[in-house]
Amino acid sequence: MSTPGASGMPLLQVENLSTAFRTSRGILRAVDEVSFTLEKGETLGIVGESGSGKSVLVRSIMNILPRTALIPPQTKVILEGKDTRLLSRAEAKHFWGTQIAMVFQDPMTSLNPVKKIGTQITDPLRFHLGMSKSAARARAIELLDLVRIPEPARRLNQYPHELSGGMRQRVIIAIALSCNPKLLVADEPTTALDVTVQKQILDLLENLQRDLNMAMILITHDLGVVAGRADRIAVMYAGRMVETADTKALFRNMRHPYAEALLKSIPRLENPSHTRLDAISGRPPDMVRPPAGCRFASRCRYAQDRCVAELPELTTAGDPDHRFACFFPVGTPEGERALAANLAAGQTATGLDLHAQAVS
Amino acid sequence: MAGSGKAHLRNSDDVLIKVENLVVEFPAGRGRVVHAVSDISFDVLAGETLGLVGESGCGKSTTGRAIMQLPSPTSGSVTFDGVEMTKLGGEELRRMRTRMQMIFQDPVSSLNPRRKVKDIVAEGLSIWGSKVGTFSADRVNETLEAVGLDPEIVSDRKPHQFSGGQCQRICIARALVLDPKVIICDEPVSALDVSVQAQILNLLEDMKARYGLTLVFIAHDLAVVKNVSDRVIVMYLGKMCEVAPPDALYERPAHPYTKILIDSIPEPDPLKADHTQAVIGEIPSPISPPSGCRFRTRCPNVQDVCATEEPVLREIGAGHYVACHFPNEAPVRINA
Ligand SMILES: Nc1ncnc2c1ncn2[C@@H]1O[C@H](COP(=O)(O)OP(=O)(O)OP(=O)(O)O)[C@@H](O)[C@H]1O
Ligand SMILES: Nc1ncnc2c1ncn2[C@@H]1O[C@H](COP(=O)(O)OP(=O)(O)O)[C@@H](O)[C@H]1O
Ligand code: SF4
Ligand code: SF4
Ligand SMILES: [Mg+2]
Ligand SMILES: [Mg+2]
Repeated sequence: MSTPGASGMPLLQVENLSTAFRTSRGILRAVDEVSFTLEKGETLGIVGESGSGKSVLVRSIMNILPRTALIPPQTKVILEGKDTRLLSRAEAKHFWGTQIAMVFQDPMTSLNPVKKIGTQITDPLRFHLGMSKSAARARAIELLDLVRIPEPARRLNQYPHELSGGMRQRVIIAIALSCNPKLLVADEPTTALDVTVQKQILDLLENLQRDLNMAMILITHDLGVVAGRADRIAVMYAGRMVETADTKALFRNMRHPYAEALLKSIPRLENPSHTRLDAISGRPPDMVRPPAGCRFASRCRYAQDRCVAELPELTTAGDPDHRFACFFPVGTPEGERALAANLAAGQTATGLDLHAQAVS
Repeated sequence: MAGSGKAHLRNSDDVLIKVENLVVEFPAGRGRVVHAVSDISFDVLAGETLGLVGESGCGKSTTGRAIMQLPSPTSGSVTFDGVEMTKLGGEELRRMRTRMQMIFQDPVSSLNPRRKVKDIVAEGLSIWGSKVGTFSADRVNETLEAVGLDPEIVSDRKPHQFSGGQCQRICIARALVLDPKVIICDEPVSALDVSVQAQILNLLEDMKARYGLTLVFIAHDLAVVKNVSDRVIVMYLGKMCEVAPPDALYERPAHPYTKILIDSIPEPDPLKADHTQAVIGEIPSPISPPSGCRFRTRCPNVQDVCATEEPVLREIGAGHYVACHFPNEAPVRINA
């Protein structure tokens, strides 16, 4: 767990971040009014299903969006007090290489298949840090050793296809660490990997983060992946942050029905086989025409008339650090009453059938 | 003869698939050979779901495909409903194969992007010469409905208009429409979000009950495999480590590798956050697998004998078999 730096200034402040894309069908609102702060050395887990805006959010922060992206002027991304949206493109390039680094989901596509591992690690060292050829090579060996790749010197002469998926992801992490970033953004770093390799990579990230005192944003669709590893968690649904809290507080007092549903859909080893899973029925809304009210309403077991008419904003109850956007929060009297009424009626205000949720 | 053993094979009239001494090897150039599957045996009872679990490259898909004779194995026997599959050729084999269908990890790329959903689902029907026309259209609609898709809405659309989970439903419909006895599901949920994964796992359970299917379910996540299986085989580098009912496997994992698979699953409760040890190192190359026990290069329990003697499957509990010289909580010790 981390504390604000001596200056009292957070490492990263994101205010009112919204990102939209111009598409043939109209404006697609991928991320909508997301705000959060990240302290030095802290780990933030961002969780949500496919298409919820996780990648667009971090790509907006890093300023690596395609040209079709639209970001309104009130969006602010402040890194150590500096408003990064005011940087020129050229300034941005060096700035990101050294302050923030990113690890992507697919270890094959983020390495260049025709370049040796060695060159791929030394290029950024020479470009960003102006190292000599031999110094960069020595540092590359050090970095591969840091990510626990055996025989690092030999690996420098290998091509990506000669390595397993897990090894390739280690190389990508080594490249990301090469300029000593203050923040590492890992976008689903293990989704393409086996559970055994996933555990190795997540353990590695955790150790590196602690040893190098980096902050980290860890993105995943599986709440289980961040449960034991993030200091804070932010749950996203349809482009909006719907709940955020300290990890333990979030699991102890989960308030948002979507967060609860996401947790319940994970198959648990301790349950007997053939235990029916609590799947979330339906799918997320079309982001070109999002519903007027709560975006989760059509799939929410708690939904009432108000949810269809009004968009819930993030609020707190008691713990100022625990924010959630829901009119009938889980574990509160309002929430309990809403669910009980829906169960009695057999359906929710949006017509979701609570008896036949299995297949849909 | 060192092998993976057959102690776990069942003597039952309900055996639908029986695989014995299955070996699958692929040429790897310069005279070398990939030992993808090395002498494994198992059976599947009618109506049962057999789970195959293990990390990438351990031979799960190769085993699944060998059952379908895609390609037929290097050696060994595969019988389906009493018929020796490895001896069949041409037309006979193709007929048998329609009774076994396969669904895959990547639902989006296993669908032809230029065809409409109704044609994709009907593919098998027209190939197999059922009367085309209203009979097959009804059958397609009925199957789409069974997998939770509204035929009115989806029939004329193409795959790119669907999410990964919906594409997997289309793949399942395409398999079901032929009324198969067996479906081999090769990592059907590995590419899906946890929320969609739950929908598909529930759907497979429903389809199994509704159509009386027998399933072979392949995945690398033991929690997923456990949820749908009646019996689980843990594989490692082309060999079998452990065979057990899923609940026993979780409660009393005997093989050191099974324990590691269990410990690797993320714990979705920070209040009991796990600090178990991850598996050390990488899976060795199947071109030159370790002598003796193939897991020995990464095993916490390893002893000298593990390098020279291959462990054979033996029973350690009701329906529970392990191939290891020094299993965890072992009631008996092997003497070769
Ligand atoms: N370049 C683009 N042009 C148009 N729409 C886009 C673009 N990039 C992303 N989107 C849309 O923005 C939304 C959010 O996408 P994003 O990639 O951030 O989701 P995600 O949460 O990272 O999902 P996943 O788990 O699948 O990676 C989606 O509806 C997506 O289709
Ligand atoms: N057609 C093939 N040619 C050569 N090697 C193959 C072929 N198919 C599979 N293999 C190899 O056989 C081993 C087992 O593969 P596979 O059955 O796909 O594993 P899994 O499905 O468990 O990930 C791997 O080492 C793989 O690279
Ligand atoms: S209860 Fe209402 S506001 Fe809360 S998540 Fe459900 S639909 Fe949204
Ligand atoms: S103890 Fe020996 S036989 Fe058992 S898994 Fe380990 S190496 Fe193999
Ligand atoms: Mg993404
Ligand atoms: Mg496979």
